[in-house]
Amino acid sequence: MYSLALESPLMTTRYTKDHEWVRLDGDIATIGISNYAAEQLGDVVYAELPAVGKSFKQGDDMAVVESAKTASDVYAPISGEIVETNAEIANENWQIINDAPQGEGWFVKLRASNKAEFDALMSESAYADYVKGL
Amino acid sequence: MITETTSGNRGLLQHEPLIFETGHATGTGVDLPEPKGAQSKLGGLTRKAALDLPGLSEPETMRHFVRLSQKNYAIDLGLFPLGSCTMKHNPRLNERVARFDGFADLHPLQPTSTIQGALELMDELARWLMELTGMPAVALSPKAGAHGEFCGMLAIKAALEARGEADKRKRVLVPHSAHGTNPATAVAAGFVVDEIEGDEDGRVDLADVTAKLGPDVAAIMITNPNTCGLFERDVKAIADAVHEAGAYFYCDGANYNAIVGKVRPGDLGVDAMHINLHKTFSTPHGGGGPGAGPTVLSAALAPYAPVPHIVKHSWTAGVLAGEARVAALPVAGETPAVQEYSLREHTEGTQAFGRMCAFHGQMGMFTRALTYMLSHGADGLRQVAEDAVLNANYLLARLKPHFNAPFGGPKNEHWPCMHEVLLDDSSIKPKGVETIDMAKALLDDGYHPFTTYFPLVVHGAMLIEPTETEPKRELDRFADVMIGLAERVNAGDVEFFKQAPKLAPTRRLDDTRAARQPKLRWRRGANDAPAAKHAAE
Amino acid sequence: MRYLPLTDVDRQQMLALIGAKSVDDLFIDVPKGALLKDLVDLPRAQGEIEVHRHMQRLAEKNTPAGRTAFFLGAGAYRHHVPASVDHLIQRSEFLTTYTPYQPEIAQGTLQALYEFQSQVAMLLDMEVANASMYDGSTACAEAAMMAARVTKRKKIVFSGGVHPHYVETSRTACEALGLEIVALPAAIDDEAAVIKHLGADVAAIIVQSPNVFGTVTDLTKIGEAVHGAGALMVATFTECVSFGLIEPAGAMGADIVCGEGQSIGNALNFGGPYVGLFAVKEKYIRQMPGRVAGETVDADGKRGFVLTLSTREQHIRREKATSNICTNSGLCQLAWTIHMTLLGEKGLRQLATLNHEKAIALADALGKVPGVEVLTRRFFNEIAIKLSKPAQEVVDRLARQGVIAGVAMSRLNPNAGMDDVLITSATEMNTEDDIAAYAKGLKEVLA
Repeated sequence: MYSLALESPLMTTRYTKDHEWVRLDGDIATIGISNYAAEQLGDVVYAELPAVGKSFKQGDDMAVVESAKTASDVYAPISGEIVETNAEIANENWQIINDAPQGEGWFVKLRASNKAEFDALMSESAYADYVKGL
Repeated sequence: MITETTSGNRGLLQHEPLIFETGHATGTGVDLPEPKGAQSKLGGLTRKAALDLPGLSEPETMRHFVRLSQKNYAIDLGLFPLGSCTMKHNPRLNERVARFDGFADLHPLQPTSTIQGALELMDELARWLMELTGMPAVALSPKAGAHGEFCGMLAIKAALEARGEADKRKRVLVPHSAHGTNPATAVAAGFVVDEIEGDEDGRVDLADVTAKLGPDVAAIMITNPNTCGLFERDVKAIADAVHEAGAYFYCDGANYNAIVGKVRPGDLGVDAMHINLHKTFSTPHGGGGPGAGPTVLSAALAPYAPVPHIVKHSWTAGVLAGEARVAALPVAGETPAVQEYSLREHTEGTQAFGRMCAFHGQMGMFTRALTYMLSHGADGLRQVAEDAVLNANYLLARLKPHFNAPFGGPKNEHWPCMHEVLLDDSSIKPKGVETIDMAKALLDDGYHPFTTYFPLVVHGAMLIEPTETEPKRELDRFADVMIGLAERVNAGDVEFFKQAPKLAPTRRLDDTRAARQPKLRWRRGANDAPAAKHAAE
Repeated sequence: MRYLPLTDVDRQQMLALIGAKSVDDLFIDVPKGALLKDLVDLPRAQGEIEVHRHMQRLAEKNTPAGRTAFFLGAGAYRHHVPASVDHLIQRSEFLTTYTPYQPEIAQGTLQALYEFQSQVAMLLDMEVANASMYDGSTACAEAAMMAARVTKRKKIVFSGGVHPHYVETSRTACEALGLEIVALPAAIDDEAAVIKHLGADVAAIIVQSPNVFGTVTDLTKIGEAVHGAGALMVATFTECVSFGLIEPAGAMGADIVCGEGQSIGNALNFGGPYVGLFAVKEKYIRQMPGRVAGETVDADGKRGFVLTLSTREQHIRREKATSNICTNSGLCQLAWTIHMTLLGEKGLRQLATLNHEKAIALADALGKVPGVEVLTRRFFNEIAIKLSKPAQEVVDRLARQGVIAGVAMSRLNPNAGMDDVLITSATEMNTEDDIAAYAKGLKEVLA
């Protein structure tokens, strides 16, 4: 039997073991930290985003997000070039990362250079299982 | 139940405003002679910028700082169980000695003929440190533990450069459990950090070390006893493997209190180790400093010790000869007729890697530490290590039935820790209480909390180091409180923990707000952030 | 043993509960042969009487500054510290407390830190200051490394007036990171020479005012040139009392102002412990090393203070930290705060003026001695003088007469070609008799 809710590739969110999420729309990927990561982090007090135009390989240090007591590195979940950063975060609206980490609290958009990397990431349910095991 | 008083004060606990709110720029508590006035040789560079510094009379100043002091916990108040900090009693003889005019009223650049006692003192301290650790050389100048780590790593780098291998060897192995200063220091010294795994027993995984060693490795940085409070059983094997691979062994000496007088790091293959005088040797913590981090060095690293070097001369057959103290200990049986000390302050003509700081180091800490060493002696220092380890194991035995101690040994039953106890949050987290909540609850019982969330290798770490200056009665008192709290957790009283502290000078403070809206100084006329309520209002 | 409270009965009871037969059982993990059987070869325990005697004997082999006509500065200065300062820092709650990581029971330390940070910022006319560094020299090194981080450039240029120890300390730390240090030749009065060395690879220039020769300089134009080249201006100092009278670097465009705070609240102590002051423009606070306290509120809405912006520091960022620093200068920083509170603006201005007047009197008296030329034209409380004999020799001979005349520049920098230059200073502690004794002795030595 097929699942009734056929996921459109445009809507699929995939996840990394380091708790980044990625949504791919054509070749533009929107990236942020997962609900789990935001919850573990606690109140965000600072985030540092990369500059537009900078390129990353999968796994590179890409951004930093901090709470009062921790600093977490955010790694590029897939390779590509940054085309946009979230203006809300640039304007120091840190709360948006806690309020909607997988929505309006996104970090960057990048142009994916290798979509196969996206396909190899964890699906929603695989990530949910992964988090349960932590 | 706390009833608000009229003033907001609580008995001896007084609300105390900032000096900027009570003092004024024309007040002063120092009477100085009147300046004669008129002439100036400043070339027109007189200060135009406002100063606006408030001054208070002596009675007001005393009151201000005494009121502030009453809001602090202290070793003199009770057990200060911070892991790896070695919060032992600070002997007051040390304070008296440090303040002798002959030590305190001495300028570092006075002609050496006027400071022979100071140089002799440093030489004597050096001898104690070298003898205790079994190492042939010591650099006295580092100003803190992390500064000593830096000194050790720079000596290693210099040794590699001398071998022509500095470009080849850039990788430093650091355990995940290491104190943050270790990787930070390695990077500051120009190296790249590669993390080593720990094993199930809370120790460095020897297999991972040997797997990660290679011709590009400069050094390993190991804390022994480690940050989980355990002695690294494989330390000799690790040292051998590291040396075989052409690398050096840096030892973080923060936990030296567990083995002082019982084990010599030199016998374990250590190449460099910093010693925290403010931990093992009782110099005061002072609310965050000053520290001192003299670093013992092996024969391989001794030539690279930073300046200044203390040079001890001796008259032999009428000829004054110089012998760098950084070389081996003087030959037994040689007693020079007259000793004279001088300083070598520049690197020219030496292999010294450079200079750690201006002048000679933390003399104020040397006087205190030497006083401590003389007071304890070889026998007392050994007793220090034994009692420190005994106290920690006693606490572990009392707490183990009520908390989870994740490491120990194969049976994990009666396997010892060293000078500190590591617990994790697996006994409290399932009941909704976090390590931070336990810590805040401890405040209401009149204790400073244990170290929280360090080391990183366990979840919700609670690291407890009693030290040897705790009487058994105090250990039992602390254990009783911890056990009482554990019982409260089991009873499901989560709110109690989340609301803690209720009786401390302040309730729980908002870290997030402090970081989101940094307010790092007072400014005249600045609008206060909203909802800051003062008792006086 | 007076510091070890456990009794043998205690020890037996404790071992019994632990389930060990002897304390050595607890050292089971130590490799065979490494657990010492005998005591190390050092003296045994001694009581207070013997220890006191031993240490007193060592102290008596030194000549305290107060027993001489004392005119030595060059990085550490002999000032009056009011009696109440030392009394307060010896209170148990200040002496024997720890870094304020648990703020609810460390408000004493934290509020004093906040006051200190404010006082330093006001003194240096900068926006933000940290909770102190080890000393002025390491503060200078950290400033250089911070400038490299901020600008992402690798070259640091030191003027010829920066204290040689500061240059060497900075060189040791910076070269380890792969930064390039350019140290200009020693120069009595040429801070502006750094401008010629500006370029696209220069992260910062480091100037000192008052400099090691005592020269006070207007840094404004230097700052403009430095900023025009995309670099930072770091202004360092060794005598913080000077800012009670002279224009601070913060008012002249400095991005980082750092230096030695020892003059306030702290004795000479043969070189340490001291207290480094470090202040930056607000836009750089995330790159600032060291710890910092900030204001906040508690769960009842009451004002309180906490350590903040901790995520820059080693215990969180580890290998990505701004620095490996773990301590500030705690007790020395507190002493500084207390002394500055006692002084206030009025007292500090008065103190600074007294220092300046004493230095003018010194310069006048020494300038009249044949064979002496006063080189420093604009000074606060320190001057460089040129002698008709090598300065080191003069210093040693005067020491035998009970005059500590200063320091020979050749001792600080043997390669400066200034063997005849002596750096000397006067403070409020010097009397007219001191100055007269110095002038008289100098005249004899140079004759």
